[in-house]
Amino acid sequence: MGLLETTEQESLRETARRFVRERMPLSHLRQLRDSGSPDGMSRDTWRELAALGLAGITIPVSHGGMGLGWTELGIVLEECGRTLAPTPMMSTGVLGTSALMLGGTSSQLRSWLRPIASGEKLLAVAHDEGSRHAPYNVETRANLGPDGYRLQGEKVLVLDGHVADALVVVARTSGSPGEREGLTLFLVPAQAPGLQVTRTLLVDSRNAARVRLDEVLATPEDILGTLDRGAEVLDPLLDRARVALSAEMLGGLSEAFERTLTQLKTRRQFGVPIGSFQALKHRAARMHCEVSLSRAIVTEALHAIDEDRSNVPLLASAAKARASDTFLHVANEAIQLHGGMGVTDACDIGLFLKRARVAAMTFGDGAFHRDHFARLRGY
Amino acid sequence: MSSSDPDERFRESLRCWLEENCPPSMRTPMGGEEDEVWGGSRGVFASPDQRLWLERMAARGFTAPTWPVEYGGAGLTPAQAGLLEEELRRLGCRPPLHSLGLWMLGPVLLRFGGEAQKRRHLPLIARGAVRWCQGYSEPEAGSDLAGVRTRAVLEGDHYVVSGQKTWTSHAAVSDWMFCLVRTGADSARHEGLGFLLVDLSSPGVDVRPIRLISGESPFCETFFDDVRVPVENLVGQPGQGWKIAMSLLEYERAWISRLGDSDFVREEPLEVLARRYLGEERGQLRDAVLRDRIAQVDMDRLCNASAVRHAVEAMEAGRGLGPESSALKLQAMELRQRWRELKVELAGFQGLGWEGPGFSLEELRLTRDWLRSRANSIEGGTSEIHLNIIARRVLGLPD
Repeated sequence: MGLLETTEQESLRETARRFVRERMPLSHLRQLRDSGSPDGMSRDTWRELAALGLAGITIPVSHGGMGLGWTELGIVLEECGRTLAPTPMMSTGVLGTSALMLGGTSSQLRSWLRPIASGEKLLAVAHDEGSRHAPYNVETRANLGPDGYRLQGEKVLVLDGHVADALVVVARTSGSPGEREGLTLFLVPAQAPGLQVTRTLLVDSRNAARVRLDEVLATPEDILGTLDRGAEVLDPLLDRARVALSAEMLGGLSEAFERTLTQLKTRRQFGVPIGSFQALKHRAARMHCEVSLSRAIVTEALHAIDEDRSNVPLLASAAKARASDTFLHVANEAIQLHGGMGVTDACDIGLFLKRARVAAMTFGDGAFHRDHFARLRGY
Repeated sequence: MSSSDPDERFRESLRCWLEENCPPSMRTPMGGEEDEVWGGSRGVFASPDQRLWLERMAARGFTAPTWPVEYGGAGLTPAQAGLLEEELRRLGCRPPLHSLGLWMLGPVLLRFGGEAQKRRHLPLIARGAVRWCQGYSEPEAGSDLAGVRTRAVLEGDHYVVSGQKTWTSHAAVSDWMFCLVRTGADSARHEGLGFLLVDLSSPGVDVRPIRLISGESPFCETFFDDVRVPVENLVGQPGQGWKIAMSLLEYERAWISRLGDSDFVREEPLEVLARRYLGEERGQLRDAVLRDRIAQVDMDRLCNASAVRHAVEAMEAGRGLGPESSALKLQAMELRQRWRELKVELAGFQGLGWEGPGFSLEELRLTRDWLRSRANSIEGGTSEIHLNIIARRVLGLPD
């Protein structure tokens, strides 16, 4: 399969772009932020998006989805990223859906996939616990008692945790923190007694929650994947999430770059457009190179998932590291090249920097992925 | 077993032919420069298999797969050529011929050349019989190509060429040069240029190698002292030289970018080098900072390879690469420099040798390759020139 976009993919991009521009422009995020919206997202807009088939892009047609691939999902995420659209695309469309499709039982698939595709139900995945992304550093325990598993622990940065109908919780059923073995994934309903979800307000005004599990009861039927071998679901799940978030970041960084180009062409100082100064031209050209490299590796990684290639983990790390570093670089440069206006809240460009910081840290930043990549390559 | 899909049938026939015709020694990874075949009258083959492989591929037109059969090619569609490339890669076949004629001059002659020029030069290029070099740069016109001063004055049915070219890679081992010359007035910088094909055995041509900081001399100075070049060796019209040269540069940059990756593939991976010099502790390289930098270069290499593959697909789909080739060249060459630098750093004291005892041949090679790589961001247009091209022609920033 080639890397160039097909006609069908181009038209999907067009659909997504038009919808996002009309229904979720940057002002949508501002409005949610400034009005103190408790959800931090609009469920109505999400249902509209779902009605276009975009909430269930990778969900099989037999379960009410579009049955398309990751390349297509990436296209939609990229368009969402352009306006920093606050949707549950990552939490539900990527994390929740993949967790189900990678480890779900047929009954779990039956009860969740269709309502996800229609936009009725939201899912969240609760994995990280410490101050940095560390997939196996799980202290949350699930101890087997007479009535089932009792989950005890705390989770951070749970995307859309406060609006989700259920949480996929990564817990330890054996072993000790840092070990790959001994993890188990539980699908826990949001109303479960002992589950306490607190929305945290992050710098990018998007949604992530802290979750406390206090003797939350789960049964063996709630397990996603295999007992003690949750990493077999978690690893590919995180790789997919990394690639998907990179696609969203690609949208954000492309948009920030294009807005900066407009600024360079229109803003005049010393009687000429500032984009005529060679010092600024070269900075813009270097950014362009980074943007192109990000696009290339993200596209490659999306295709690799679709083709089930064995190098998905390597490509996922390369894509996430590149997208994280490029987004931060481009956003910093964008503010500098916007001058004084760039540091005002009235100017949209700062929103991209805020998003870049959060997205870079989510699922591992550049430093994490260089380490991860080196491990995968055995050095 | 034959498939009904014509593409698959073609692929099968290619596979059979390659299995039968590619000598086993030509299916091993490339080593040093002696594994490259550049052809030409002064070209040498390191083994009989190298010669055989080139002859067989050329006889099928597979050295220039998309060129028309009458010009020494195989007349394949871009898609078929893609299949050939895939099958070559799958079998691990070495490129039978490295050639500026194939990669740069050929596409330009196909586009701008006259019928007689195509018939005369292309088949010789495809067979590797004639080696070409590129004569663009001059002492006063490095990256500023429009400053070319070498004059070609029309006298009857000949151009009389005088002037000096510099940085002409491998001119000393080449047979012909394609070059930019000034056929018109000096004042018209871009308009007065012509694209001329010069036989380097002509009287009045003097080639002198230039010694580099790496101690080697791949580059030459070439002097023209009233060299008489038949008028039929001008490609296109007298004032078209700039346009033709620019078109050729896009092929050059695409080729340079791909070349950047092929070196990575054929040399020892960074981590192997690193393990030797840094040692390991609990399965990880002992130096965390260098380990991080190795991973960065490795990842950037993946990014770069994807970008090049993307560009190649776009070209094969009939979309020109245009000024985007500048971004590819810039990235590939700067990455290569970082890679060469890192190799020397990983080797520590062993990366500092110049000659003599105390250093292996590979280590001495490492040092010189690093020095050689400093030219990567200068040759083929400096990085700054490419940044200007990207800013103006890709991003549309004002002058």
